[in-house]
Amino acid sequence: MGDIKWACTERLNSDPMVDVSVQNISKTYDEGTVKALSGISFEVEKGELFGIVGPDGAGKTTLFRILVTLLLADAGEAMVNGSDVVKDYKEIRSKVGYMPGKFSLYQDLSVEENLKFFASIFGTTVEENYHLVKDIYVQLEPFKRRRAGALSGGMKQKLALCCALIHRPEVLFLDEPTTGVDTVSRKEFWEMLKRLKSEGITILVSTPYMDEATLCERIALVQEGQIMSIDTPDGIIARYPDQLFAIKSDNMSGLLRDLRAHPEVASAFSFGEYHHITFTDKQKIAEGASSFLATLSHHNLEMHTITPTVEDCFIQLMSHDGR
Amino acid sequence: MKQFFIFVRKEFLHVFRDNKTLLMLFGLPIAQIVLFGFALTNEIKDSKIVICDYAQDNASRQLIDKIAVSRNFIVKEQMIDQQQIKSVFQQGDVKLVVVFPNNFEQDLLHSNQAQLQVIADASDPNTASTLTSYISSITSDFQQNFNAGNQMQPIISPEIRMLYNPELKGATNFVPGVMALVLLLVCVLMTSVSIVREKEKGTMEILLVSPMNPLTVIIAKAIPYFFLSLINLTVILLMSVFLLDMPMNGSLLLLYLVSSILILCALSLGLLISNVTESQQAAMLISLMAMLLPTVLFSGFMFPLENMPVALQVVANAVPSKWYYIIVKSIMIKGVGFLSIWKETLVLSGMTLFLLLVSFKKFKIRLQ
Repeated sequence: MGDIKWACTERLNSDPMVDVSVQNISKTYDEGTVKALSGISFEVEKGELFGIVGPDGAGKTTLFRILVTLLLADAGEAMVNGSDVVKDYKEIRSKVGYMPGKFSLYQDLSVEENLKFFASIFGTTVEENYHLVKDIYVQLEPFKRRRAGALSGGMKQKLALCCALIHRPEVLFLDEPTTGVDTVSRKEFWEMLKRLKSEGITILVSTPYMDEATLCERIALVQEGQIMSIDTPDGIIARYPDQLFAIKSDNMSGLLRDLRAHPEVASAFSFGEYHHITFTDKQKIAEGASSFLATLSHHNLEMHTITPTVEDCFIQLMSHDGR
Repeated sequence: MKQFFIFVRKEFLHVFRDNKTLLMLFGLPIAQIVLFGFALTNEIKDSKIVICDYAQDNASRQLIDKIAVSRNFIVKEQMIDQQQIKSVFQQGDVKLVVVFPNNFEQDLLHSNQAQLQVIADASDPNTASTLTSYISSITSDFQQNFNAGNQMQPIISPEIRMLYNPELKGATNFVPGVMALVLLLVCVLMTSVSIVREKEKGTMEILLVSPMNPLTVIIAKAIPYFFLSLINLTVILLMSVFLLDMPMNGSLLLLYLVSSILILCALSLGLLISNVTESQQAAMLISLMAMLLPTVLFSGFMFPLENMPVALQVVANAVPSKWYYIIVKSIMIKGVGFLSIWKETLVLSGMTLFLLLVSFKKFKIRLQ
């Protein structure tokens, strides 16, 4: 077992394309009673925009903290930009950018002072790497004398991103950068990330929002400290095993109850306007959907096939896991 | 090095932008000096006493005048007999009754011995003994002057001299204590709270994930508080010398030097506390408990250490402020040089070094 692991690490080290590699990382809290991560492994290539997608408590923050050397894993190994997260923690600290999930800048310092401070503790100046943050910073510029604590949620995240970027990190770790940010700002934020990617910076971003997953090049779906699936968003969707249908009626909550009780329905979940359902017997439905609809006594029933979203895949993987 | 100065500058900005911190830094010492100087003093002023003069002669008049001009007493003259003394105490706020017997001057001149009855309300024993000691010191002073005028043999009487503090001024006792208290409180509290604040706000996470050496971070955080504490010390000294007539007989340089050691000691203690706490409230509470109580109890400025059980006296040795208190008293009041206080300074330096090493060793370079 040990030999295999060693061989893996060796291969990764020699591969110049791999920027972040995680091997069997496990972490528990409170003397082993709380499991945060259980044997996670994955690789991120240089210049890749990689998403860690999962609900709260899946272990995303713990994973990021291990990778940026803030926590020690109980077991497993991890390399970031060619440096070991335990042995070479000092090297990693000077070449990664880290944006914690909680807004963590100095609230009593102004926008400008925060940016200057973080530039200088990394031994650089704002001018030197201004081109990296320019697109974001122009939006902040009108408020540069305002205290960071007085900014809006979206502005705060943009400033935090600027501060994490100002030293031109090799790898950027963004822990839930869009949590608590409005939809417009979220969209802008992701556009910025795409632009940064073109600078050749490897970006690891975690998010609880499934709709953001499709904006990443590759994603890892995590749940309870384990990776359920790693692929491109399209790949994950393509791997969805069933034909998915969207269904709606006048009485949505009653419909969901009836669907879940129905013997032919394998799964049913509420997705806004529609319920997404799969069937135990695909063949039968393809032959006659109307006979199925007839078994439901609902008004204005409407059903059609749809392509699954990442969220459908996540739910499918989760319930599959449970089984 | 440039990083370091920028960090120190940032720390100063934090201090100056937070009114609560500023108030703590400068309000605390001023409030303490005022409190201890004017309110919580163990010096007794303006006590009401009744003097009953049966003698009505020259000597008794002179002594009464002498008592009356003292700041400690408000004198009321009243002719009462022995039975009425009790009721005088019961009626009001009279703390002391002095009775001059008949023939006071005659006795003094002819038999060299005169008696004076001093009756105190000993329900508060401390006040009673302090007041009677005031009276006896006034009386013995009077005796000497009275004898000087006559060619009589001096009366042999026990002579009590209060060295260094003949007027038994309270300031000499409490100013060094307040200095120790304020310096410890401000430094321990401020450093521990400011480091824990970075933890609580999450900024410590970003600072750790930066090329900055964690120790540099800590030292840079401590520097503003070091300088502000020196300013604080100056404020306390100015107030106590000019407002409370505290003597300053020794070397100012030496005093600042020793104070710097105490400040360092307090800063490293604050650092140690910040390592084991996760919230500002906890840091504040531990700092207060760890600083205020031992300093008040064991430095000797409120409760004399000599009266404590041996076990507590041993415990007191571990309290830095005890040593600082001795040193400050020696420098300010006795005006001694370094040679007389080197032992205490050595102990204090040893403690500082120990705390500094432990807190550096305990400092976490990660979150857990």
